[in-house]
Amino acid sequence: MVLAKVVGSVVSTIKEPRLEGIKFLLLEKIDVKTLKGKKDFVVAMDAVGAGEGEIVFFVGGSSSRQTDVTAGKPSDATIIAIVDSFDIAGNTVYSKSSLVKGSSK
Amino acid sequence: MILARVLGTVITSSRVDNIEGAVYKIISPCTPGGSTLHGEMVALDLVGSSPNEFVIVSQGSSCRQTDFTKDKPVDAVIMGIVDIVEEEDKVVFQK
Repeated sequence: MVLAKVVGSVVSTIKEPRLEGIKFLLLEKIDVKTLKGKKDFVVAMDAVGAGEGEIVFFVGGSSSRQTDVTAGKPSDATIIAIVDSFDIAGNTVYSKSSLVKGSSK
Repeated sequence: MILARVLGTVITSSRVDNIEGAVYKIISPCTPGGSTLHGEMVALDLVGSSPNEFVIVSQGSSCRQTDFTKDKPVDAVIMGIVDIVEEEDKVVFQK
């Protein structure tokens, strides 16, 4: 799985019928030590209800079809988790609650 | 499988993996001697590894071939903790 930030969404009206009702989010992979975007973007199906600005991790390949939302769909990247926090060597690199407080208003 | 080092832990309360008590770690691919390379990723931890521990990680559909991960949306799983690595008859890593 890969850590990424939700930086936007992708809307498509003309698409393969099996993609009806699926939400596509635009993800940018992040550096796990600095949280900076790597300019490496992925369009992923959203199985968890993520929103812009959140850090998530997505699963790729055939495993991305193993969720209720994506079963039988032509997915190769599915967001399966919204990250609350993560640490590296015991130091908290990212914590959602502190960021939300810091960014409100 | 790849050799990797455990960097840290990811906490997530909103997830759709259907795995009870799942623990996710951030790992970094490694050389056989244990030096970290680039390409950090998140992996499901099946063996209770600790930060900085040297582990083996399965990727892709193969990592669904365990009782815990069968039919689950995971593409990287920590399958074992490394005790010794031998390269060309020399021990290059020992826990």
